Formats: sequence, C-alpha cells, structure tokens
Amino acid sequence: MSNDFARVAEVSSRELGARVRLLQVLHIDLWLVVPLLVLIVGGLFVLYSASGQSDVMLNAQIRNILVAMTVLLITAQFRVETLRGVSPYIFALATLLLVAVAFFGVGAKGAQRWLSLGFIRFQPSEVMKVAMPLALAWWLSKKALPPDLRSLAMAFAMVAVPSGLILQQPDLGTSLLVATSGLAAIYMAGIQWRYIFSMIALALVSIWPAWVFVLKDYQKQRVLTLFNPESDRLGAGWNIIQSKTAIGSGGWEGLGWTRGSQAQLDFLPEGHTDFIIAVLAEEFGFRGVLLLFLIYAVILGRGLVITWRAQSSFARMLAGALVATFFFGLVVNLGMVSGLLPVVGVPLPMVSYGGTAMVSMMIAFGLLMAISTERPVTRAMR
Amino acid sequence: MLAALMVLVMIGLLYRYFSLQVIQNEEFRAQSDRNRIAVRTVAPTRGVIVDRSGNLLAVNQPSFTLAITPERAEDLDNVLIKLSDLLGLTETDIELFKEARKRRRPLSPVPLKYRLTDEELAVIAVNKHVLSGVSVLSELTRHYPEGDLLGHALGYVGRIGIDDVDESEKAAYRGISHIGKVGLEAYYEDVLRGGLGVSRVETNARGVELDVIDRIEPVPGAELTLHLDIELQRVAAAAMGDMRGAVVALDPRTGGVLSAVSSPRYDPNKFVNGISFSDYAELRDSRDAPLLNRVIQGQYPPASTIKPMLGLAGLNRDLITIDTTIPDPGYYQLPGDPRRYRDWILRVRGTGHAEEMNLRDSIAQSCDVYFYELANRLGIDALAESLDDFGIGSVTGVDLPSEKRGILPSSEWKRRVIGSSWYGGETLIVGIGQGYMLATPMQLAVATTALATRGTAFKPTFVAAVDGTSVEPEPLLNVSAETAYWDEVFAGMVDTVSSVRGTAFGMRSGLTYSVAGKTGTAQVVGIAQDATYDEEALSEYQRNHGWFIAFAPVENPEIVLAVLTENSGGGSSAYPVARAMLDYWMSRDE
Repeated sequence: MSNDFARVAEVSSRELGARVRLLQVLHIDLWLVVPLLVLIVGGLFVLYSASGQSDVMLNAQIRNILVAMTVLLITAQFRVETLRGVSPYIFALATLLLVAVAFFGVGAKGAQRWLSLGFIRFQPSEVMKVAMPLALAWWLSKKALPPDLRSLAMAFAMVAVPSGLILQQPDLGTSLLVATSGLAAIYMAGIQWRYIFSMIALALVSIWPAWVFVLKDYQKQRVLTLFNPESDRLGAGWNIIQSKTAIGSGGWEGLGWTRGSQAQLDFLPEGHTDFIIAVLAEEFGFRGVLLLFLIYAVILGRGLVITWRAQSSFARMLAGALVATFFFGLVVNLGMVSGLLPVVGVPLPMVSYGGTAMVSMMIAFGLLMAISTERPVTRAMR
Repeated sequence: MLAALMVLVMIGLLYRYFSLQVIQNEEFRAQSDRNRIAVRTVAPTRGVIVDRSGNLLAVNQPSFTLAITPERAEDLDNVLIKLSDLLGLTETDIELFKEARKRRRPLSPVPLKYRLTDEELAVIAVNKHVLSGVSVLSELTRHYPEGDLLGHALGYVGRIGIDDVDESEKAAYRGISHIGKVGLEAYYEDVLRGGLGVSRVETNARGVELDVIDRIEPVPGAELTLHLDIELQRVAAAAMGDMRGAVVALDPRTGGVLSAVSSPRYDPNKFVNGISFSDYAELRDSRDAPLLNRVIQGQYPPASTIKPMLGLAGLNRDLITIDTTIPDPGYYQLPGDPRRYRDWILRVRGTGHAEEMNLRDSIAQSCDVYFYELANRLGIDALAESLDDFGIGSVTGVDLPSEKRGILPSSEWKRRVIGSSWYGGETLIVGIGQGYMLATPMQLAVATTALATRGTAFKPTFVAAVDGTSVEPEPLLNVSAETAYWDEVFAGMVDTVSSVRGTAFGMRSGLTYSVAGKTGTAQVVGIAQDATYDEEALSEYQRNHGWFIAFAPVENPEIVLAVLTENSGGGSSAYPVARAMLDYWMSRDE
C-alpha cells in the first residue's frame, strides 16, 4: 500500500492536470477505453439487429459488458510486478483446469470445453488466453535476452501443452489464439530470425501429419469448404456462402439497420455470434465496415504504443503478446466470415455475443492499461 | 516489423470487404434476392362447362379439405390413425395422401380428405388439440350438378397422379391439384386448366412466407359451351331406362353433339377426390362395363343400318338401278355353293319378303337377300370403299379421348390382320353389316349425317364455343350421288317408319314430322346353318343388339340419331328411344 501512496504523491508532485491525475489514479488509458466503449456500444446495436431484435439477448449482453468492464478496471489496478509474480501460478492453475476439462469437462455438439463448478460454468481455455502471455513473459523475462536454446525449448513446451489440450477438446480457434499469444511473447523476446525460419519450415512440414492425425473431420471439412464453398451448398459451405452474400449485398451504404434480409430472414447462421460482422456489413455497408476497421486500428495502434513504451521486458513481452493475440483473433474472424480463412469459431472481439470471451478480452485490456499507466511510477522507483 | 505486418494484413482484409461489398455488390444483391424471394404459383380457376342453353354442367364449388402439414405434425402416423378413427379414412385416402406429399414443397399442407361434411368439420374442431399439423383448407372443387347424366361425356377430373403429368408439363401444374382424367375434362384439359398466376413472396430461411411482394393473377380456364342440350340428354337417358347401350344425337348442320348417352351410367363426382377402392372395383369389374363410353368405345356390328349406304353405292356404280328387282325366297345362294344365306324374315314368316324386291322396299323392310346380291355384285373391296366414304372403320375425330375406330373389313384387311384370303361368302355377311365389321354408335351417327345432308358430314364435336368464340364446323365426309339416288334411299328410309311393312312401323303413330330411319339387328352369336335363333334359349348377353338410325325432318334435317340397345333382341327396342328424343326435339321452342 505504501507504494500506492508513493505513486499518488509522485503524480501530484508533477502537477499534472486534475483530469489526467484522476485517470492515472484509476489506471485508465483513454486511448484504449474510448475506442473500446465506442466499439461495445456500436456492437450492441448490431447485436440487437442480429438477434432478431431480442431484448433478452441485448440485456444479457449488457450484463456481460458490465461484468467485463468491472473486470477491466480491476485488472488495470494491479502492479505489473505483482502480475509478474502471480503469472506462473495462474498458468499452472489454467493448465490444471485444462487437464480437468479433458477428464471431467462438459460440453455440447461433440466438443468438451466447459468446466462446471456447480454454481458457474466456464471455459478454462479462456483463462489460458490470459495465462499464456503472462507465463511466457514471466519465463522469458527471467532469462537473459535474447533467450538461449534451453529456455526457448521450455518456452515452446509451455506453448505446446495448453494449445494441445485445447485442440483436442476440440477447439481449433481458441487453440490457435492461445498458441499465437505464446509465440508472440517468444517473438517479443527477440528470437533470432534463423529460429523463426526453422519454425516456419517445421510448421510447413507438420501440416501433413497434422491433417492426418490431429484435425477432426469437421475441421478438415471447414478447410476444404473454404477452397470450394459451392461443393457443399447446404452443408459446410452454407455459412460461407450466406455470410459472403450478406456482406456483398450490403454495398456501400448498407440496407439499413434491422433491414438486412440475410440477417433478418435467418439465412445467415450464427449471425449474433461469430458471423456478426456479416450483419454489420449487410446493414451498414462498407462505410460501417470501414468505421469498424478504424476503431480496431486505433485500439491496435494504442496497444503497440503501450508495448513500445513498456519499461520492463516482462511488460513489453506481455503487452506485445496481448496485442498480437487480439490482432490474430480479429484477423481470423474477419477472414473466415469473408471466406478467406477456414471457419474456426473465433468471435469478433467486443461485438460478438458471449460473456466469457468478452471477459477474457477485457482482462487483456486491463493488463495493457496496467502496463500503460504504470510508466511514471516505475521510472520514479528507479 | 509487427506494426508493418498488422497494417498490411488490415489493409488486405479491408480490401477483401471492399471487393465483396462494392465491386461484387450486384452479384451478391442478386444472390440475396434469390435467397429471400420465392416464387409461388397461384392456381387458376378451372373453366366451367355449360350446355347450349347455358345450364351448368361442370362447376367449381367451394369445399373444405382436411390437410396435414407433415413437418408440423408431432407424430404423423399417430395423427393419421386418429383421423382414421374419427373420420373413417380409407386406405386409398392415405395412399393418395402419401403420393401427394411427394410432390409438395416443404411446410405446405398436403390434402388428405376432400369435401368435409359439417359433421366432419365439427369432429375435427373438437379434436383439434390432439391433431397436431392438421388444418382445414377452403378451396374450389369440381362438381358435376347433373351427376351420372353426363358422366361419360364430361368425364371427370381427379387428383394428379405420378404419371399424369410428364416432365415438360410439370411447371404448368405447380399448385394445381386436379387434372382432367377422361372425357371432355381430359380432352380440353389445356383449355379448361387456365394459366398459373405467380406471386413473389418474401420467405425466411425455413421457407415460411412473410410478405407478398407482387402478384400476377392467374388466368381462369376457358368456359366451354357444348352443343349438348341437357333436356334432350334427360329424355334420352330416361328412354334408355335400364337398357345397356348408347345414344348419340348430332346436329347435321354443324356436327354438334346434341346428346350422348352411354348406358349404364356412372357419377363422375365420385372420382373427383379419389374414389374408394371398392367403389372403383365395382365399376371396373361390372359385367355391364359402366365405365365404357359406348358412344365412342362400344364396337358393334352395324347390321342392316348400312343398307341405305350400300344401296347408294350400288346405284352410284351402276350395279343396280332404282327399278332393279331381286327375288327373295328367304335365302340366298352363291352359284356353285350349297350354303344358304338366310334372310331374317324367314324365321319370322317362314318365307321370303317377296318375289320382286326393289331397293326402296328392301331398305324399308330390311331385305337381306337384296343386299346379299348387291354385296356380291359390289365385291368386298368396292363395298369397303363405299362404306369408307361414310366413315365406317375410321375414327370420327370427336372431341373425346380414346375413341375406337371399329373395323371395316376388306380383302387387304383380312390378309393383314387375319392372315388368310377373302372368300365370297364373307362378302355377303359383310353386306348385311355382320361378320368382321364393327362400328361405334358415333360412327353410325356421322354416317347417318352424311345420308341426311345428302353427302356432307362435319366432324362431330361436343364443344360449340370456347369462351364465347364459336368453334367452326370441320368438314369430315363428302359423298356424292345423283339427287334421284338420294331421293330413292330416303324414300326407303321414310318407308321404314311409315309403311306398314317398314321395320320401324311401330314408331309411326302420332308422328307430327317426317322421319327417315333404318333399323338394325346385330347378331352377337353366330347361328348355325339350320339352327333357329331362339331368344328365350339364349342368355341375356348373347341376345341380339338393336340399332336404329334416323334423321328428321327428312327435308332439311335438324337432328340425326344413332341408337344402340345391347342384347335387346333387335331394332324394335331402339326406335322408341329415338322417337322420344325426336318428339322432344321437334316440339321444343327455340
């Protein structure tokens, strides 16, 4: 607590404006919070239309948002050093939970993703989305940078085990996101280019065994469908055809809010969850899409700025990994809905309906804000 | 590095959305409309059929239909069982339902039972809660107010079966449940059906209609006005009574069918929404063949009714003259052949008609020997040729489906069909309209028209006008002969009715108009050389058929008749039917 008082004192002594001081006290980064709020509020409009004007779903999502915003603010209050300290424990816990899912998990549609604690059901894989970058940043920041081969090998193992556990649930989308967050942290550690190239080579070589031994039939079908959606118009290709139709029919101006026929007449599956960008594109047109891209660009840009300004290697690697993960999820969603990437079940950040993803996303932004607002204090501490 | 990668990827994705939304917009708009807009057909109203005075013969009545939407039924089999208990559904109903189901688009109701009665409607309403997916539709169904009076002529519509519509026509029947199966309903199917309307509706992904975007109204089927006179039809049917047979009345000036009765009759209403299997089996298997339209499908030896035509042929070919006489001892023998070809009069009177029989008397008294001799002089091929001029052995082309053509035997025909050569005795038998020769009542009515009009017959047609536009009469036969010849043949036919020895003298009393006629007695079983025809000894179905052909008034005829009575013994049972019809026709106010 004494540190906090010191921090407050430090800030006031610099005679910053009252507003900035308050934000600093609350650990709020306006460059992140404002675009996030715009995105969330705009997203509610799209969700209302996409859910067929369902008040029930709107209210549920508002509850999700309130919970997520609270989590955002709480997370932002942690000191980076504290976060670093608990990182290995969070990671260990998250890994244990994933193992527990493998044995005791519940699920639907042939996937076992949930853990039920009686009063609450949640997806440990979502916990891992946060735990992974924390743990990798912790591990790599303990060593000299760039990391040597041994600590790299350990780092890869830390990425591979949880990703593998999530992949076999099966949940390809989350597995990819989690792996990306770990790999991004490794990248931020300043990995040498020859390692990166050998990684890429290894990945290419492992495509064939992955196809044969790892990927489930429905996952293969999604990949095949991507290349030729017309081959299965009413089956796996349906989603892609309908979402492309929805996007394409929006034109420049869009058909108007709640006026998109693809979305309103149920042609578009999963319009309120993973495919919500198609609803936005149909009803608000390319103008709406452009605005959405701009908001995401502001968030990503701010994330990169926070990464660059991060004062410790732990903070830098963590911030970089979080931004990269956010970016990766965004790209996969935008790509799959528009038919560029296989359908892997990744939501559109901050817009798609769903509580868990919203909360884990907000934890990530909370961590980013913790890093961004910590800067003056750490300098003073030194 | 990371930032540059992000910028590139985001620009790439943005371009993807730009490409889909702005560059390919039109293509996807069209695709979206194809998703959203469904084209539904709207069934037209079938054209009504009226008689010459506008009396309704085939109409469309609103009726209530029990239907099931299979997708909405929780347990279809169970619902069908419940409905069977409540309404007494037959297996045919359920079979037809299953067939209809195959042709329906998803989520549309499939008809199960038509023409619900008030009681049935009440039963359904009370049990509605246990009948999931069941609905009652109101629609127009075909109804024939005159019932069995016009069954054969009108035919009927029935639910469309799997084989009724071929691929090329399927589009025209989308949304239509019934099709003309037989009779005029089948022959004029394309005219009566009308054109489908189209309505474009907005549907959701499950095919549920949400809104009508626009609608092109269906074109109602054309109204058919028949030449037929319902009162004359009634008179004919009443006159036929329980007799099996056929009656056809033509207007010689147009070929219009004024009446056509095939007896026994059936009620076409039974067929409209699926006849029960037992009812159908009864009709189909009955020895009296009620489903057969005897007017165009019954083939009988024309017997003596062809004698006026042969007489004309003999005169035309100078084989006889008006004054030529032939002795009739009661039988005829070919030179060098011991076989005696008997005259029917022999059985009745024990002698022939007279020592000297001329053409006129031979027609009036139906002298067989005269025509044996004439047939012998003609020879089979000239005989066949001259009857061909009257249309015997050819379809008349009447506007009904499945007309039979009868048989006009010739030496060439026998070689081709039987595979043996013709011999002289057969010519004699054909000369009195027996043997291989078969004709339909419609054919004889047309041939009689050619007599009545002195050579010109139009194709017989039921339909006088389609939607008020008259159907032009179509010439069919053209027989030429000198006036004196016609006069002589007519004289014989008039004598048939009015001379004491005429074979239809019995119908003469009280006639207020002139009639020309000719009787015929068609043998059903061959009588052995010296055996006698003993009507009592023969079973009903072996007795002779009776014919009567007639036209009136003799000069400037207005009506031509052909009457056939099956197994009635002879022509004397046929001419009372003709008399009743002529009396009505000649006395009616026009």
